[in-house]
Order: sequence, then structure tokens, then C-alpha cells
Amino acid sequence: LGKTQVDDEVLDNLEEVLVTSDVGIETTLKIIGRIQDRASKDKYVSTSELNTILKEEIAALLVGDTVPDSKEFEIPETGGLPYVIMVVGVNGVGKTTTIGKLASHYHKNGKKVVLGAADTFRAAAVEQLELWGKRVGVPVISHGMNTDPAAVAFDAVKQAVDMKADVVIIDTAGRLHTKVNLMNELSKIKRVIQKFIPEAPHDVMLVLDGSTGQNAVIQAREFTKATEVTSLAITKLDGTAKGGVVIGISDQFQIPVRYIGVGEKMEDLQVFNKHEFVDSLFENAN
Amino acid sequence: MFDNLSQKLDKAFKTLKGQGRITEINVATTAKEIRKALIDADVNYKVAKSVTDDIKEIALGREVLISVSPGQLLVKITHEELTKLMGGEKQEISLKGDPSVILIAGLQGSGKTTFSGKLAAYIKKQNRNVLLVACDVYRPAAIDQLKVLGEQVGVEVYTEPDNKKPVEISKNAIEYAKKNNKKVVIIDTAGRLAIDEQMMNEIAEVKKAIQPSETLFVVDSMTGQDAVNTAKAFNDRINFDGVVLTKLDGDTRGGAAISIRAVVEKPIKFISTGEKMDALDVFYPERMASRILGM
Ligand SMILES: Nc1nc2c(ncn2[C@@H]2O[C@H](COP(=O)(O)OP(=O)(O)OP(=O)(O)O)[C@@H](O)[C@H]2O)c(=O)[nH]1
Ligand SMILES: Nc1nc2c(ncn2[C@@H]2O[C@H](COP(=O)(O)OP(=O)(O)OP(=O)(O)O)[C@@H](O)[C@H]2O)c(=O)[nH]1
Ligand SMILES: [K+]
Ligand SMILES: [Mg+2]
Ligand SMILES: [Mg+2]
Repeated sequence: LGKTQVDDEVLDNLEEVLVTSDVGIETTLKIIGRIQDRASKDKYVSTSELNTILKEEIAALLVGDTVPDSKEFEIPETGGLPYVIMVVGVNGVGKTTTIGKLASHYHKNGKKVVLGAADTFRAAAVEQLELWGKRVGVPVISHGMNTDPAAVAFDAVKQAVDMKADVVIIDTAGRLHTKVNLMNELSKIKRVIQKFIPEAPHDVMLVLDGSTGQNAVIQAREFTKATEVTSLAITKLDGTAKGGVVIGISDQFQIPVRYIGVGEKMEDLQVFNKHEFVDSLFENAN
Repeated sequence: MFDNLSQKLDKAFKTLKGQGRITEINVATTAKEIRKALIDADVNYKVAKSVTDDIKEIALGREVLISVSPGQLLVKITHEELTKLMGGEKQEISLKGDPSVILIAGLQGSGKTTFSGKLAAYIKKQNRNVLLVACDVYRPAAIDQLKVLGEQVGVEVYTEPDNKKPVEISKNAIEYAKKNNKKVVIIDTAGRLAIDEQMMNEIAEVKKAIQPSETLFVVDSMTGQDAVNTAKAFNDRINFDGVVLTKLDGDTRGGAAISIRAVVEKPIKFISTGEKMDALDVFYPERMASRILGM
């Protein structure tokens, strides 16, 4: 096909696609601004050129490597100590499930995995993680319900060291970022772990529900304040929601998206791939 | 960003000709600001567009009434429109039948099981004998979770741990309720995606088999643009009677409330405002409108 003018209609369509993918107005306008800048040099660009520019600009906002490292499910070297991952997020986003899936991947790669059941609050949260542990075949350290989550986390890390485990993943209770006490509790869990291994947790993973709208930005900001989030996992992308809000989050807070959840089963976790993600924003778009 | 929507609108008016008056031209510009605010609050793109178009019309019609601040007037009109859109008569849940059966459905993690426990407590308070039924046969420890909540609120929980067929479990539970003088049966189901054919068939079959007097769609108030798709798909399959908005104890604007209302025209019957069993409230449209507008 010939050349298209990057006119208001094209840009309006683009705005609709992005906003409808939960990219948010601010980030959408930022992307559109960049497209306009680039297109202004050459008023007419072909549709395919426009698509390429567009995808490049969006991918540029996402922190981290463009093509995922096939070794993503491997664990960085930590000098003989277990690699500690603490998993945080608001209620019901998929933390426990993501932990189960991650554990399965590591376990399959021959790593020794320990899970810590530091959600001692939500009804049957410990049982849920224990069932995942059983399913994957890895030990779960728990003190039962209604116990001190920081003590569980400490014990899990300690036992992981004793067992010479490669990785320990700490599950935490879902909490809304507006609850100051609960956010302080997270900081405390982190501090307690650091008493044992000063550089731990090596990764604080914030889990975001892919169907969440603009509130995810505030979640990222507040969890980062409380725990210095170092990676993102975005779940439930097997549905029709696009999860576009992570573009602005990754850009604003400079945190990479590491994994995406695409189902409820053990194998339904994928390493985040920028290109596939950006492509998916435009799938089924009219 | 839009804590001061009316100030922002005032500013937009001032930079335009004929400031202080609502005209075709300046209302179009300010309507854009309103639309942005709605989208920022997670109101669906198309819904936000049609709502702001309506507001434009109304604002032009009220030109003579303008006094000090056209911005305030526009926000007031917007607030009224949103309230109307979400409101109407307050609607109770239907407790017809003996026992009356309430079916709970929704996406994964939306808050169904927690809400089931709360609803059981709420109905129990009205001196009705309630039975909770665990029909989530998939999620690890889903049955345990409901059992714990049932215990917390003092309501019996019907389970069949080895039965993987929700249709059977729910039918058996109703038989059990009849024999044991239970007047209300609340059926918790597994979370499911609207595009999961098999799972959507399952919930449709459950509904057909038990003929509930009330089917409630539970949705996370933090949901973004996808709320319209999900609500529509669930409604197409199970024709629910009402909506439950959860996790409103946070700071989400909750624009999904408008989107859902606009696409399925079903009332929001309850809101969930915490993890504890008493964190349940009825829905007030005008409060929700204020929240969405950041007022
Ligand atoms: N479809 C789909 N469902 C998911 C995915 N990840 C998690 N879920 C489901 O979402 C629901 C909530 O998952 P959990 O892992 O319990 O979430 P959580 O964040 O640990 O929840 P809390 O501990 O209660 O805060 C469960 O029904 C999961 O099976 C995903 O990627 N896709
Ligand atoms: N803050 C807050 N948390 C809530 C509310 N309702 C539910 N939750 C929490 O959200 C998480 C998910 O709730 P569940 O009741 O397990 O959700 P569900 O829809 O049954 O989840 P699945 O069965 O996995 O689909 C849990 O951590 C609940 O404690 C609420 O109104 N406010
Ligand atoms: K998707
Ligand atoms: Mg959990
Ligand atoms: Mg449930």
C-alpha cells in the first residue's frame, strides 16, 4: 500500500488502541508525541513504517533487554548463598500462583528451591502455598496461620542456607498499598531477612494483575517506597486484558517486567518478551 | 492528576474566548478534559466518550444558569450524570425460593470467596439459616479457604472434596439444604476468564441446574478497560442480576463501575471494603461518582 498521512484520524485511532489497552492517557500522549516528532520529518510514512516506529517507541519505554535471555529462569550467582526473592502485591493479583510456577521452573532446571509461607493472614493461604510446594516437589517453610510473617521469612531464609538451597521465594499476604501498617510490615520482613543475608532480598518482585487499570501505577509507586521493587510480573494475560499500564510503570520507575502469567497451571509463566507484548497490544485492534 | 478537576476546567475556560460562558467551542475543549479524567479513572474509552457527549449537550442547555465558575458547573453536571448512570432505585438481592439460592461468579482473584463469607454473615444477621457451598474444585485450598471463612462467621460450609463436578455439588448442596432447614444457599465458584469456553459453559450449566434467585457478578474495582468485555461476556452467558464491586478500601477511582453499568445495565448491589467479614456495604451511586471524579 502507498503512504498514509499521520493525521488526526490515524492518531485518534492510535489513542483509542492504547487507552483501551490500559496504557493510560499520560503515557499514550507521550507515545503519540514521539510518533508525531518522528513523522514530522517525513509527513507521509507508509503504514508499515508507522507500525515499526510505533512499536519501537513503545518498546523503548519498557526497561530491560529487548530479547529475553533464555537463561532468565536461571539464578544469578550470589556467592554460595541462596538467591532470595520476596514477592509482593495487592490482594488477589496472583502472587502465590506465580511463586508456584517460578518454583516449578527453577526446580525443573535442577535448582534447589525453598518456599516461605509468610502470608499468615489470608484464609488458607498457607495451605495454598503448601499445595503448590507439594505439586512442584519443593519444601515449604511455615509457622502456620496468624504467626509473625517476618519470623517465617527469617526462618525460611535460614533453613534455605542450612539446606544449601539455590533459591528461596517468600510469599507475602496481599495488601492494599493504602494500608500503612501492612506496608510497614513488608519493610520489616525485608529488614529481618537482611539481618541474615545483608544483600537479600536479591529480588523484590511486584506482581500486578494484567486486568488492573491505572491504579497499578500507584501500586508500583507505593510498593517501591516500602520495599524497593526490582522486578515486575504481570499476570492473567491469558484473558482479553492487555496490561498496557506496565509500559508507563516500567518507564516511570525504571523497573523491568520479568515474567508474565498466562494461566493457572504450573507451566503458565513466561519470560517477558517486549516485542510479543507490544504486538499483543495491537492484536484484534480494529 | 484530577483532584482539582473543576479548577482545571476553569482554567480551560479562561484560555478560551468568551470565558465564563459555556459555548459550543469551549465546552468541546473542556469536555476533553472531563473525558481524560474519566479515562484516568478507568472508565472505558468508548463509555467515557459517550458520557462526555451527553454532558456537553446538557451543559449547553444550561447556559443561562452559569454563575461564577463554569468549571464547577461542568463538574456538577458530570457528577449528576455519573450518579444517574450508576444509580436508579436501590436494589436488594432476591431471596425467593425455599431455599433461595445465590450464585457467585467472576474472574480469578476478584474477591468471590471473601464476598461469599461476608454475604453469609450479612444474611445470617437477618436470622436466616445459611449454607455456604464450595464449588471451586480447581484452585489449591479453595475449599479450605471457604471453610475457614464459614467458621469465622458461624455458617456451615457444604463440601465434597473428591467431587470435581460443580453441577453435582451444587445440586447435592441444595438437597442437603432442604433436608437441614437451610433457607439461603450461597454458592462460591472458581474464578474464570470470560474467554475460557469450557469454564464459561460450566458456570452456565451450574446456573441452569440450580435456578438461583440471585446471580452476582463479583468484580475488582481496580479493573481497567477490560471491565466492559468481561461484564458483557459474563452477562451474555449467565445473565447476572447484580454486581459486587470489591477492594474499594483502596484508592482506586473505580471507573469500572460506570463501564459495567453502561454495557450491561445491571445494578451494583454491594461493595466490598476490606478483607474482614464485616467489610461489606451497600452501594451509593453519588459517593461512587465523587470518587471517580476525585472529589
Ligand atoms: N487466568 C489466570 N489466572 C491466574 C493467573 N495467575 C493467578 N491466577 C489466578 O488468580 C487467582 C488468585 O491467585 P493467587 O495466586 O491466589 O493470588 P495472590 O496474589 O496470592 O492472592 P492473595 O494472597 O489473596 O493476595 C487464583 O484463582 C489463581 O489461579 C494467570 O496468569 N492467569
Ligand atoms: N482489601 C481488600 N481485599 C479483599 C477484598 N475482597 C477480597 N479481598 C482479598 O482479595 C484476595 C482475593 O480474594 P478471594 O475471595 O480469594 O477472591 P476469589 O475471587 O475467590 O479468587 P479465586 O477463587 O482465586 O478466583 C484475598 O486476599 C482477599 O482477602 C476487599 O474488599 N478489600
Ligand atoms: K491478553
Ligand atoms: Mg497469596
Ligand atoms: Mg475463590
